[in-house]
Amino acid sequence: MPVKADPQSAEKVIVEGLAEVGADPSEITREATFEALDVDSLDLVEIAQIVEDEFGIELVGDDVQGLKTVGDVIDLVVRKAA
Amino acid sequence: MNRRVVITGTGAVTPLGVGADTLIDRWADGQCGISDGVGACREFDPLDFLSRKESRRADRFTQLAVVSATEALEQAGWASELPYPAERIGCIIGTGIGGIGSLEDQGAVLRDKGAKSVSPLAVPLMMSNAATAAVAMRFGLMGETYGVVSACAAGAHAIGAATRLVQSGQVDAVVTGGSESAMTGIAMAAFASMGATSPSGISRPFDARRDGFVMGEGAGVMVIENAESAAARGAGSVGEILGYGATCDAHHLTAPDPSGVQSARAIRMALDDAGLKPEDLDYVNAHGTSTPLNDRSETDALKLALGPVAKDLPISSTKSAIGHLMGAAGAVEAVATVAALRCGVAPPTVGWEQAEEGLDLDYVPGRARNLTLPQPAGDGRRYAISNSFGFGGHNAVLCLAAT
Repeated sequence: MPVKADPQSAEKVIVEGLAEVGADPSEITREATFEALDVDSLDLVEIAQIVEDEFGIELVGDDVQGLKTVGDVIDLVVRKAA
Repeated sequence: MNRRVVITGTGAVTPLGVGADTLIDRWADGQCGISDGVGACREFDPLDFLSRKESRRADRFTQLAVVSATEALEQAGWASELPYPAERIGCIIGTGIGGIGSLEDQGAVLRDKGAKSVSPLAVPLMMSNAATAAVAMRFGLMGETYGVVSACAAGAHAIGAATRLVQSGQVDAVVTGGSESAMTGIAMAAFASMGATSPSGISRPFDARRDGFVMGEGAGVMVIENAESAAARGAGSVGEILGYGATCDAHHLTAPDPSGVQSARAIRMALDDAGLKPEDLDYVNAHGTSTPLNDRSETDALKLALGPVAKDLPISSTKSAIGHLMGAAGAVEAVATVAALRCGVAPPTVGWEQAEEGLDLDYVPGRARNLTLPQPAGDGRRYAISNSFGFGGHNAVLCLAAT
């Protein structure tokens, strides 16, 4: 069953998800940009699937458009969970 | 226009190990990479060569191609920089089925978790041109690039198409070959269901006891270049693609035409293209699948195409040592053929013991045999043909020389 996302759980799931898709774990910080992490649109779809599995939150195209950093995604997930 | 096409680098990953040298050394030594009824690349770990991200974005058939291409480009002296404008280098890699393992995995996700859980990587993993795309992207090749699909002839067709592309003058070089990794539940069950694979799990081409092919996986890639361009950059070569012939049986979806007429015509086309006569050949690398039908019709095709010379030529099947690599087979076998010519040996048809009536050619039983010295009247080089025949009646034959 999906659990409710809070800032800590959202960060944990997204950081783990980014590592899973191949980003260098030592470079994953809230401020890191997807460009710097070499995370592309296909990776972000995988992150969105992980978020939906974990938290039951659907990130659709418009939500993800314009996201630049790891922190942007974490904040978006927490905001949608509220 | 200079039509000569030289091979400046080769690479392979096969059930006998990683590397083209490993393939020829172990095959010529009579070793067999098949165990438990399959030819798996047990010594291959993609993470030895690819980053985690590259690896998870590539089906195993793509991983095998990228690693083989890396070896070929290193041998060609391309490792640090491309010797020609990127726009004048092509990439053509064949496969029988493409990323069927990824397709099956995502089929299970669809069934168990629903459509929304299917991976966004599913298409780039499974598409049959994925290996070509990955190799072109890794090395920045921007000429004509595409995949070739013709079942078990795909590797040879790819090299043939690449040869024609170089000869056209549109490019200076092509990275070409074949790749396959299809030892999955559905593919294994499907080939078994049609009676194509060996119930005994033994690959023994041309032997009276043969009972089907043994599935294998792997890749073979070569760098081929316009001979003038290669000479201008001072590159050495390991071999030359002298000729190519391709025909279709138009007979049956899977069974070869038992007369061997069209496969024989492909052999003659390759020889004519090379400007060679049957008596110029030193070695034949047979398709030799270990199926009852292929090995008989191929034997007849060799007799039809080569005449009395067929009985005097050493003829062996790489599939006796690695199984049937399907869409990779023609490319891996072309790599092995050039290496055999360079070493001056005919590697054995491993495990061949029992003759069958009508299958009466010299299949090089037992151990590798030294090839006779190049013919005095010739140019000092040794010549061979490598046959590939695919479901669908596709016949592709390469005529090769070692330098």
